[in-house]
Amino acid sequence: MYVAVKGGERAIENAHAWLAEERRGDPSVAELTLDQIREQLKLAVNRVMAEGSLFDPDLAALAIKQARGDLIEAIFLIRAYRTTLPRFGMSLPVDTGAMACIRRISATFKDAPGGQVLGPTFDYTHRLLDFKLAADGVVPPAAEAPPRSAPMPRVSGFLDREGLIQDEPESDAVPPDLTRQPMELPGTRALRLQALTRGDEGFVLGMAYSTQRGYGRNHPFVGELRIGMVAVEMDIPELGFAIEIGEIEVTECETVNQFTGSKSEPPQFTRGYGLVMGQTERKAISMALVDRALRWKELGEDNVGAPAQDEEFVLYHSDNIQATGFLEHIKLPHYVDFQSELELVRKLRREASGAQAEAAE
Amino acid sequence: MTARQGGADGTAPEADDAARKAWMSLLAKAPADRLQGLWDGLALAPQYSWLRQPEIGTTMVRGRMGGTGAAFNLGEMTVTRCSLRLEDGRVGHAYVQGRDAARACIAAQVDALMQGPERDTLEPALIRPLEEAQAAAADARATKAAATRVEFFTMVRGED
Repeated sequence: MYVAVKGGERAIENAHAWLAEERRGDPSVAELTLDQIREQLKLAVNRVMAEGSLFDPDLAALAIKQARGDLIEAIFLIRAYRTTLPRFGMSLPVDTGAMACIRRISATFKDAPGGQVLGPTFDYTHRLLDFKLAADGVVPPAAEAPPRSAPMPRVSGFLDREGLIQDEPESDAVPPDLTRQPMELPGTRALRLQALTRGDEGFVLGMAYSTQRGYGRNHPFVGELRIGMVAVEMDIPELGFAIEIGEIEVTECETVNQFTGSKSEPPQFTRGYGLVMGQTERKAISMALVDRALRWKELGEDNVGAPAQDEEFVLYHSDNIQATGFLEHIKLPHYVDFQSELELVRKLRREASGAQAEAAE
Repeated sequence: MTARQGGADGTAPEADDAARKAWMSLLAKAPADRLQGLWDGLALAPQYSWLRQPEIGTTMVRGRMGGTGAAFNLGEMTVTRCSLRLEDGRVGHAYVQGRDAARACIAAQVDALMQGPERDTLEPALIRPLEEAQAAAADARATKAAATRVEFFTMVRGED
């Protein structure tokens, strides 16, 4: 238990002043600007937006600078700032089918209509350190080709037409919001998806990986992965119609999973779904795998006791701000608490040595 | 951008709504410096009073399961809104992405003015350049993406 302590104000102030100096680092090195962070550390910015659950690249860049590159600390700053803002409303669900894709790949259909577009990917790089980046390198412009205006239909749609994949019924039911109401379990899939999309990338990745290694195996294929801009529309009460209030970059992953059927469902493919703000592909794939693992009950699958099938375990441990808050508080003064533990251990030892002395007599 | 068949000449209100939706959507996404530059160049500076001063807040963005199914909450985005009334009574609203009060203020003025005769000035000098800039930015991304389009071949394994 934590009991409040007093004192130490001057030491705290001095510690924070030193923190500011350390944040700046060697003053003979140029200071990092927010524009540089936003433009050149974009994937860090994306992670902070996704897990901070607030799309605003400038704010995320500021948070990363303030946190000295500690992304969980930056996410904490974003979460804290978000709570100070009023919420104007809820958007209409974004139409990822109409996404302006910079990347779109399918691991299941090589001839997917609309084509496979690699986009700015690390895939197929050799993961060799590029020492040209250590020098001032001029980047040659990226190649261009005439864009096709042909639509990029969803890969799952092809399977759907044949009835080979589980249906995804459209619904405009108001989804639960874990930022407004405490999480109640067992939760709905909508609640799980919200928790996963803002969950810690490392945690969600680890859970997803565990399903691949056999803890609740569900045979995923990446049916489709797409990254691009989607428009965000919201109903404006004073107008009486919806307008686009902006556009955001998102990463969407839909897995196609083998499914041999169950008591309630015929043999068919099933789906796992990942949608994350920003270009955040590892997270989106992980989210899709964990989403699928958590659907065992509705699909009539066996619970094999795998961690990734345990909704309570996954949802209560995926949030890195909750986790870091509880974990890090144990380093704060616990003197009173510890004093009582100390007394207890001394007393037990006295009793034990007393009993030994008695036995020896 | 959708056709602007509606307007001050008293055509169907749905058409007016569609046109207004289009310009408000455009203004919501306009880059701050570009919008400011175009607006300053017009030197319209109408007199107005606030109905709602610029206010920064969020919108909860939703997605759909599988892209097409039931809705869920994805996360929030920052939005700035404001509303104002011109001296002649026209009301302008703005909901723009981000946290820029000045941008929202220009967007609301443009929204109000677009409902009257100034539309003839604004359309070619502000709306169209913004549309073109937005299309050019989308096109730049699309042309680079197109250059990374691949054809995968499945190798024949010769096992038969």
